Amino acid sequence: MRRLSWVSVTALSFGLAFLYLPMLILVIFSFNDSKLVTVWAGFSTKWYGELLRNEAFLDAAWVTLRVAVISSTIATVLGTMAAWVLIRFSRFPGRSLFSGMVYAPLVMPEVITGLSLLLLFIGIGLDRGVVTIVLAHTTFSMCYVCVVVSSRLVSFDTSLEEAAFDLGATPWETFRLVTLPIIAPAVISGWLLAFTLSLDDLVIASFTAGPSATTLPIKIFSSVRLGVSPEINALSTIMISVVAIGVITASLITKRTAVQRQMDEQVALRDETSV
Amino acid sequence: MRKALVIAIPYLWLLALFLVPFLIVLKISLSDSVLAIPPYAPKLDLSEGWGGLMRFVSELDFENFAFLASDNLYWKAYLSSLRIAVIATFLTLLVGYPIAYAMARAPEEWRPTLLMLVILPFWTSFLIRVYSWMGILSSEGYLNQLLLKLGLISEPLTILNTNIAVFIGIVYTYLPFMILPIYAALEKLDGSLLEAAEDLGCSRTSAFWLVTLPLSRSGIIAGCFLVFIPSIGEFVIPSLLGGSDTLMIGKVLWEEFFSNRDWPVASAVAVILLLILIIPIILFQRNEQRQREADS
Repeated sequence: MRRLSWVSVTALSFGLAFLYLPMLILVIFSFNDSKLVTVWAGFSTKWYGELLRNEAFLDAAWVTLRVAVISSTIATVLGTMAAWVLIRFSRFPGRSLFSGMVYAPLVMPEVITGLSLLLLFIGIGLDRGVVTIVLAHTTFSMCYVCVVVSSRLVSFDTSLEEAAFDLGATPWETFRLVTLPIIAPAVISGWLLAFTLSLDDLVIASFTAGPSATTLPIKIFSSVRLGVSPEINALSTIMISVVAIGVITASLITKRTAVQRQMDEQVALRDETSV
Repeated sequence: MRKALVIAIPYLWLLALFLVPFLIVLKISLSDSVLAIPPYAPKLDLSEGWGGLMRFVSELDFENFAFLASDNLYWKAYLSSLRIAVIATFLTLLVGYPIAYAMARAPEEWRPTLLMLVILPFWTSFLIRVYSWMGILSSEGYLNQLLLKLGLISEPLTILNTNIAVFIGIVYTYLPFMILPIYAALEKLDGSLLEAAEDLGCSRTSAFWLVTLPLSRSGIIAGCFLVFIPSIGEFVIPSLLGGSDTLMIGKVLWEEFFSNRDWPVASAVAVILLLILIIPIILFQRNEQRQREADS
């Protein structure tokens, strides 16, 4: 085994410290008793209690969660379709416009996406609220889903689908029973990506949200503009823990399924050789 | 028939919610600001038929763009966005390269864990990651407390609400975008090339400069674009960490729209921002294409 040089060890430890220390400090100081966030005054969980009693934050969290679930689900369906179209149909009228529209939102500055959607909603007289945020989030998330799913579709062995066709499956049955199970991991990670993008988004939501619906990032932004607050530290800690638990669980599950598959393959191979 | 439906649904969705809105921005950028609801003129009225359309087109002009060109504020904002993005990208490269290099040289069984540790912050809220620096950098913040206690400074440094804080914010939030492509390029690097260079009398340092660095060029270029492109239009970082003198175009657009309620000028700002971004986006795509061709 190659040993790491001291340069590498320093780079890694400084790098990881840089990435994690700010968040660690946030977590530690969310348990600070003092209202003065930068001075430690003993351990307390009172800011969490305060947070749970804050109706405005709870409302915003509920709106955010609803928007994220709905928009990421629609985005996953649309994005998977878009990926399918891009990879499988090499020729149809307007294909280059379509691929342009799929990739452009990925590099479009959020302020422009937000502005343009707001002008559209005002133009067609749609009241701003949960519906408009869902429409906006679905539109940019579906492009991310499309990228994730199409990278899986590219390496897909189409002979599996042809076999299903030959055995009499309809196109829909083939998709449901053959294609979908194979691309499922990409579809699921697409959904997760869309979900976090929606939870996270401040700029586009600020443009498309109305007075009737405020999302959590909008609420956080307007309160941290005035400075650091212990309640926001508590909220951040909750959000960081949820993400950390989610990502670690997901990676453990994929690792286990990979190990399981390897074992299955070995068993299959052994059976084959013993026959 | 079924195929047409599969194409039509995402196609129409993107036409209606991506292309049409953008055309509206383009149209409003050519309109005039008026005190009305909505606050711009002319309005397209298709009930008047062809004549209405012609009159509508004849009333559009480039006045807003002329206004942007004549007002120093906008020039300064575009230039300062570019400058901040260039410097921040360079700093991100300086911080990110050694980390990517160390990851690529780490024992194979560590790499998935290291990769996950670098990606994990990307999944946590962008807003919270930017916010976490406010407590660190403020004048009574943790950094100043630490430096005062160590006796390195006698009075607190002003970092928050300056461009330095903006640089730190961009480096911090976009670091994974820089590390991942460089790591991908370095991981593919054939170790025997380095051994060959050393056998032929190259020192370790010159082997790095002559072999490793040129071979990771595509990763460096990709990483730089991935940091540079989004940081030009950045809004959250300059508004939370930057000061009143931090001019960035995303912030100007936001204020033009929400504070000044001048929709035509905000739209014109957006159109020019997009024109500026087209060049780096095309260059980035070329780099990716070359990379794909080299791989296959």
